[in-house]
Amino acid sequence: MSFRKIARVILTALKYLSLVFFSFVAVLPIVSCVVTAFKTDVEYQSTNVMTMPESWLYFKNFTYAFQNAHMGKAFINSTIILICVLLVSTLVGTQLAYVLNRFKFPGNNLIRNLFLFASLLPGVAMQISVYEIMTKLGFINSLIGYIIMMCGTDVISIYIYIQFFENIDYSLDESGIMDGASYFTIFYRILLPLLKPAIVTSCILKGVGTYNEYYNANLYLQDKKLLPTVATSLYTFVGPQGSKYNLICAGVIISLLPALIVFVTCQNQIYSGLTAGAVKG
Amino acid sequence: MAMSKTIVPGKKRTFLEWARSRDGQKVFVMIAFMVIPLVLLFTFTYLPFAEMFGFSFYKMKYLGERKFVGLKNYIKVFERDDCFGALKLSLYYMAGSIVQLALSLYLATVLSFKVKGGNIFKGFMFFPYLINGIAVGFIFKFFYTRGFVFDTVLQWCGFQLDNLPYWLRDQRINNISLVATSVWRYFGQNMVLFIGAIMSVDSELYEAAMLDGANKFQQFIYIILPSIKTIITLNVILSITGSLSAFEPPYVITDGANGTGTYFVVMHEIAHTQQKVGLASAMAIILLMIIFAATILQKLFFKYVFKNAEDEDINAAVRREKKLARMAARKAGK
Repeated sequence: MSFRKIARVILTALKYLSLVFFSFVAVLPIVSCVVTAFKTDVEYQSTNVMTMPESWLYFKNFTYAFQNAHMGKAFINSTIILICVLLVSTLVGTQLAYVLNRFKFPGNNLIRNLFLFASLLPGVAMQISVYEIMTKLGFINSLIGYIIMMCGTDVISIYIYIQFFENIDYSLDESGIMDGASYFTIFYRILLPLLKPAIVTSCILKGVGTYNEYYNANLYLQDKKLLPTVATSLYTFVGPQGSKYNLICAGVIISLLPALIVFVTCQNQIYSGLTAGAVKG
Repeated sequence: MAMSKTIVPGKKRTFLEWARSRDGQKVFVMIAFMVIPLVLLFTFTYLPFAEMFGFSFYKMKYLGERKFVGLKNYIKVFERDDCFGALKLSLYYMAGSIVQLALSLYLATVLSFKVKGGNIFKGFMFFPYLINGIAVGFIFKFFYTRGFVFDTVLQWCGFQLDNLPYWLRDQRINNISLVATSVWRYFGQNMVLFIGAIMSVDSELYEAAMLDGANKFQQFIYIILPSIKTIITLNVILSITGSLSAFEPPYVITDGANGTGTYFVVMHEIAHTQQKVGLASAMAIILLMIIFAATILQKLFFKYVFKNAEDEDINAAVRREKKLARMAARKAGK
């Protein structure tokens, strides 16, 4: 009995030890960045990276990084992109899911498979020729062009919506039809409000993805002074300032503050969104 | 009016009448709701896909003249060391993703039972997933710099700085350093997926198992693992295709220098810096074909394995029943 007890205590200790260890591993790179972001130039050069800064109220790196990397402009751009992309892709995604779920027509399965197959193609490879198309459309250095490209509905949110539609009783549609409502009315007045949880879920997923997107933004929004996004504004620190890590870290911290705030406030929705997306996807 | 229409189906309606009918509305709604997504899908996925296939037979830049060269680009991909040789690096990423899956499965199992502060641990481990790629790049350039974060922590543990390698420059270790950053970024996300899957297992199963005297390890092997095997398989498939197309860590941290250029990093460089669009397209097409082949093979493989696994499950259940019966008999005998 006592042997069992000891074994259990050891196991519990090991369990917590492993949890603490991996949490430490996850947080360490970020914490070291925070520490460095509060150091003056002199301090940064003379002290070890892991020594605490003299003052936690030294904000000059943040203000300098903010101005130097045009982050004010970047936050405005990212907000515009985020709002437009979320609005359009939610509308387009729910509408597509509605048609695919509620109407039987030849080609229904084909369309589903076309979207599924598209998700298998790695984005980096596709950009070789998407770049050519974007050039032809005059979408290089155009915020609208970038937004349109980013609106391409992703399979995961379509699946979330379709799954959700499957759980909405068809009798709701029928009663609408009996009352003489058009399909548009049925969709906008009856079904769309019911989809709210699914919309929130996929907006969080898509929102995080859009906010953090940097590869296409770097490729298509080449004018880094006028068209930075929060992610690409960090490219300012590549090159001559490449070793001033107290500045860079400040920039990095600024760029991940919004993600942190969203994460702290909607933690559970993010988790459930991920799970919903993955189980079906 | 309406009745006469249904009675005489052969009678042709005018277009306007048809448009006002339910059928007509249906078609309108379908068109209105599907045009935008389909146009987006074709412009940004299938049209580029077709174009890329075409490009791969030309010697061309984005602007200027194009010259048809047949299969020369494809031959070049196999001849050049930096192209096909780069696929070897995928092995590092595959190994990394297996470590990542095992780690996140362990953490998910631990966290799905009652743990003090479980949500905080979960939050800490998940957060790296929400950081944008460029920030991750800077964080790790900083982290791995000589004498900086990682070296300092290792020195705390008693290592000598002189014995430590240059994490991003030393060719024996730098790919492992890069893979580690990818594991760092995604293990929490994987863990959350697994927790979600484990939570969806019927809790009665655990209770029943507890009553039968199964310990935590047995619960894991006989209940958790079988019920989340679908999502594990999915992640294995994703991780293998993902490691073939590994791109982000070397792109944002080392820019492919010192032998860290994966296939896609080399391809990106050839396409957008050197502007050898034809060659890059051929590279892309070849890798896409490899990925499809890998996906199909894995699906077949797992189908086969699962068929066996299911048989085994039944055997396991039978064994369990027998064991329980024996135990019950022994107890009754006493």
